[in-house]
Amino acid sequence: MSDRRPERRATLGEGMRILGRALRDEPVVLGVAILGSALYGLMTVVAAEVIGRVTDRVVVPAFAEGRTTAGALAVAATAIIGAAILKAAGIVLRRYYAGMGQYRLQASYRRQVTRQYLKLPLSWHHRHSAGRLLSNANADVEATWWPIAPLPFALGVIVMLAIALVSMVLVDPWLALVGFLVFPTILMINFVYQRRLSPVATRAQALRADLSGVAHESFDGAALVKAMGRESDETERFRRVAHQLRDANARVGRIRGAFDPILEALPNLAILVVLLIGSTRIAGGTLEPGQLVQVAYLFTLTAFPIRAIGFVLGELPRAVVGWRRVSAVLDATGALPYGERRLDGAGSAARVGVEDVSFAYETDAGETLPTVAERERRAGRAMTRRTAGERRGDARPGGEHAAGQAGGERHAGEQRDDGEQRDGDERRESDERRDGDERRDGEHRVLEGVTLDVPPGRTIAVVGPTGSGKSTLAGLLVRLVDPSDGSVLVDGVDIRSLTRGEAADAAALVFQQPFVFEDSIRDNVTLGRDVPDGDVWAALELAQADDFVRQDDGGLDAVVGERGTTLSGGQRQRLALARALVRRPRLLVLDDATSAVDPQVERRILAGLREAGLPSTVIVVAYRRATIALADEVVYIEDGRIAGRGSHAELMVTSPGYEQLLTAYERDAADRAADGDGGTP
Amino acid sequence: MSVASSRLGEKRSDGALRTIARGLALSPEMKQGLPLTLVIAMVATAGRVIVPIAVQQTIDRGLNAPGGADLEFVRWMAVVAGCGIVITIGATYLMNRRLFRASEAGLATLRTKAFRHVHDLSVLTQNTERRGGLVARVTTDVDTISQFVQFGGLFLLVNIGQLIIATVIMAIYSWQLTLLVWLCFLPFFVALRWFQRMLSAAFMVVRERVGAMLGAVSESIVGAQTVRAYAIEGRTQQRIDEAVEAHRSAATRAHRLAAFTFSTGEVFAGIANAAVVLAGVGLGIAGDITLGRLLAFIFLVTLFVAPIQVGTEVLSEAQNAIAGWRRVLGVLDTPADVADPGDAGTTLPHGPVDVRFEAVSYAYPDGPRVLHDVNAEILPRTKVAVVGETGSGKTTFAKLLTRLMDPVSGRVVLDGVDLREVRFDSLRQRVVMVPQEGFLFDDTLAANLRFARPDATDDDLWWALTELGLAEWAESLPGELDASVGQRGESLSAGERQLVALVRAYLADPDLLVLDEATSAVDPATEVRLARALEGVSRGRTSVTIAHRLSTAETADEVFVFDAGRLVERGPHVQLVEAGGVYAKLHVAWIAQSR
Repeated sequence: MSDRRPERRATLGEGMRILGRALRDEPVVLGVAILGSALYGLMTVVAAEVIGRVTDRVVVPAFAEGRTTAGALAVAATAIIGAAILKAAGIVLRRYYAGMGQYRLQASYRRQVTRQYLKLPLSWHHRHSAGRLLSNANADVEATWWPIAPLPFALGVIVMLAIALVSMVLVDPWLALVGFLVFPTILMINFVYQRRLSPVATRAQALRADLSGVAHESFDGAALVKAMGRESDETERFRRVAHQLRDANARVGRIRGAFDPILEALPNLAILVVLLIGSTRIAGGTLEPGQLVQVAYLFTLTAFPIRAIGFVLGELPRAVVGWRRVSAVLDATGALPYGERRLDGAGSAARVGVEDVSFAYETDAGETLPTVAERERRAGRAMTRRTAGERRGDARPGGEHAAGQAGGERHAGEQRDDGEQRDGDERRESDERRDGDERRDGEHRVLEGVTLDVPPGRTIAVVGPTGSGKSTLAGLLVRLVDPSDGSVLVDGVDIRSLTRGEAADAAALVFQQPFVFEDSIRDNVTLGRDVPDGDVWAALELAQADDFVRQDDGGLDAVVGERGTTLSGGQRQRLALARALVRRPRLLVLDDATSAVDPQVERRILAGLREAGLPSTVIVVAYRRATIALADEVVYIEDGRIAGRGSHAELMVTSPGYEQLLTAYERDAADRAADGDGGTP
Repeated sequence: MSVASSRLGEKRSDGALRTIARGLALSPEMKQGLPLTLVIAMVATAGRVIVPIAVQQTIDRGLNAPGGADLEFVRWMAVVAGCGIVITIGATYLMNRRLFRASEAGLATLRTKAFRHVHDLSVLTQNTERRGGLVARVTTDVDTISQFVQFGGLFLLVNIGQLIIATVIMAIYSWQLTLLVWLCFLPFFVALRWFQRMLSAAFMVVRERVGAMLGAVSESIVGAQTVRAYAIEGRTQQRIDEAVEAHRSAATRAHRLAAFTFSTGEVFAGIANAAVVLAGVGLGIAGDITLGRLLAFIFLVTLFVAPIQVGTEVLSEAQNAIAGWRRVLGVLDTPADVADPGDAGTTLPHGPVDVRFEAVSYAYPDGPRVLHDVNAEILPRTKVAVVGETGSGKTTFAKLLTRLMDPVSGRVVLDGVDLREVRFDSLRQRVVMVPQEGFLFDDTLAANLRFARPDATDDDLWWALTELGLAEWAESLPGELDASVGQRGESLSAGERQLVALVRAYLADPDLLVLDEATSAVDPATEVRLARALEGVSRGRTSVTIAHRLSTAETADEVFVFDAGRLVERGPHVQLVEAGGVYAKLHVAWIAQSR
């Protein structure tokens, strides 16, 4: 797929297709800009013509005769200023409408890209870094349409050159010959320039993305970097990419630095040739000095605008790379399909069913773009450069993924040899089990054949060790993701056959680490729904979030910062809980949603939930007994399978894993007491 | 809660020249070889007057030579001028090359310095800023400067020279006409200042809208799960659309302004040309100027006008670049209020740690006190549990203990040395804090673990995992140590991410381990196992655990109980339960929930 190989050189054809797309998308606006540019081009030639004629008809006679008329001078001045004003009008039209077109295109593609973000499945989001996606919507869209600003200029210049050549032919065919030689040469050099620049500019653009990725990740983990005292290592990591970018930019500069002066000098050399030929023709009596001046002036005037072609061509490689990245998003597929069905039974609790559901995360990073350093490493170059990509390489003894895996297992094996016998036995067992599983490569199976039926209004606690698949199950119930196999049913209807938004209308999931919008408290609770303040307060009270909201002067209007940084973890969880409760969902899924809340506060929340008489079926992922006690029934999950189901008391007897999990604290306390190693020193 | 005083600066007060001077001072590479570059630039610039002089010479000394047209002279002159142009090409190439190399080297240094400084800023300052905003300061903001230097800056440098040289040559041909040209452009220069102010304001708005747009877009990325779970795609899209539209209209407006500014130069050029022709004819009739000189002068006027036009063109780019530069400098100007004493600081030897809080109080900038006059001592080799309700000050206590923040009064003393005087590299080796939400890099499990100890071998990692009872868990991941953890560790569950953070702390092998609710998402059995393993570690070391699962407190040597920003109770678990105070109440609630 072309989109996955940004290192491939940007071709002129691709660049031209981008320009074509722009003209198709914004024909009117860019059309006006091109007309303005053509007017500008025309008036540039006219201005030279005017200077030539003024020289011949006003200046030369005046010098020859030693006198002139006011009328002649007035005409000359009017012609010169008039040409300048029309030229200026052309500039305004060209620039204003070109800019308008550029920004309209940017806005339009930003809307398209973000629509994709909202449509594509979460598995797609998992495979792409936040920094990368942000840059797709921002920098890449910008780069794509950057050549649009000088495009009308360049097209106008072509018009100008044509008119200039016609005007030269009319003046003198011999002088025009210079134009016929020089103008195509300039165009040709521009194309060569673009071809040379393209690979270097492409690389610089890719490195810019890498650098942004390093900075994004490093600043995201700033607290960890600080805690581990790794500031210098991180700076070193950043510096390495920054220096690669520096060198790439300097290479871009070197190419630009070589071609620009040549392109600038060509019209000047042309003028010298014009002077040579022209003076011979004047001496021969076949040319007027004014005509010579006119043609020479024409070259002077066209020297700058002719470079607009170079501006467009010079920006094309960046545009092509940007467009490849943008179109990778636009072409991405896999959006969750929605059906036509709706649920009735609003206001009453939902029946939830899970039938033989399995779920595997795709860990294949095939769609993620590798960094420049990684690609070079793969290509066997730049072995000495150590970058983010290579840190990954360090971790894989074999360099290749498969070899790395084998290496990891080998290590485990070695460990087993000199490790404790008990651990070794356990590990062998788990190895066998895994081998029997037919683990598909690049797949992380989290749930395996889970079947569950929850009657309306019931409260079910889902309990299991860390990493056993509880959160995945929670996500499946509200259709955050679709199962790899099996189906999820709400009121007996396959959740995949519901219309868009129907599942979310019925079900609310509260995450353990909730996302808080940079917005007011009210908006964070209502999420844009029209909810009376009274209901918002009621939900906040139920979530025990009313206290801290009341303490702030802003109340419901208080704005919380990016990712809720002004709130503590517990406060964020309570705000998120209020967000779910205000919707009075028919299915409420709490994914360890009160883990950061104080025990006393959590107790009040749970008591409130019980008394509120919500019209909800509740699934609660929890470890704490008080939370489990809230449930009518407990489901115990282990290794992605349901390992036990029943009341708390039943499971304590029938499920050893469950019993161990729930009595961990007491056993620990008892052990310590027995060891004489308890809290009392 | 206002945190205005700790925000990153933008140094709007600095003028453009001062910004450039400070920027150059911070990237010395930019000035390297600058004198020679300027000499080459002068040669390159001087080459630009070759054509007008050639035109004048051709007409005056070639065509209008006393003895009829002297074509031989024209030929020689063309050859000389041609050589001059070739030299100009060479000089321009050299100048470009030197300038690009120096500026790119300087900017790489600048962005690396700024990057480092962001990490040196206190957590508080880092948190007041959007992550995207911070990233922009070391990426796109610097890119605007680079972009400007490669295009506009170069034009500007050469064109200022061109303006001067054109003026000099023009004055040689005719001082009267030169004066006239300057007079014609005077109103334009005055208007330019006004335009510049307008443009500056317009681009400021554009930048602000870019920030808002990025914020809106990031909701759809970082908040994707929430957006999906609540089916608020429509609302999110609407917010994005509004921000995108706001940016578009601001950018279009700024662009319109720039278009008018640029075209104004063209009109003034026309007026100057007309004036030169009119006055030139007058002077010619009076015999004060030759025809060749007048015609050359017309060429020189284009030479004079071009820099002015390019100047207005480059103006908006320059505005952006200066603003970008200001923002990068603003990072460096923001004091790292929790600063590393560096070489002047004390390096503490490894060994059991003793910590004292002496009358420590803390308040967020412009906020109320959140910690009042805390006096406490943590003895070496003890295990302390810190408990209290949300907002009681227990996390603040931990942040002061690890010097993520400095107290507003009082002091925190580590082995008899004020924390503020301990070198960071020494401090971070001895004191490690594991936060509630551990950050994971999009890399393998091994790479994430190695963040704590870069030289750890795979065997070291397996050993640590085994010691903590997590080897089986690691083996269950596809690829084991090579398992990819995904963006921000999202391929793992919240509890698993905490496991990674704990293994890291274990590998870091600190003398003082501070756990801030580090096991809140881990199942009880694993938690107990980890606690035991970490205790094994902490035998010989000091540990402080911030917890609301009181199971930790039950096994601690001493419990610190915080309430409303004060340390209200301290002592062993059993003693505090018997005392029947704040802790006893917390404990009752805990028992009710967990047993």
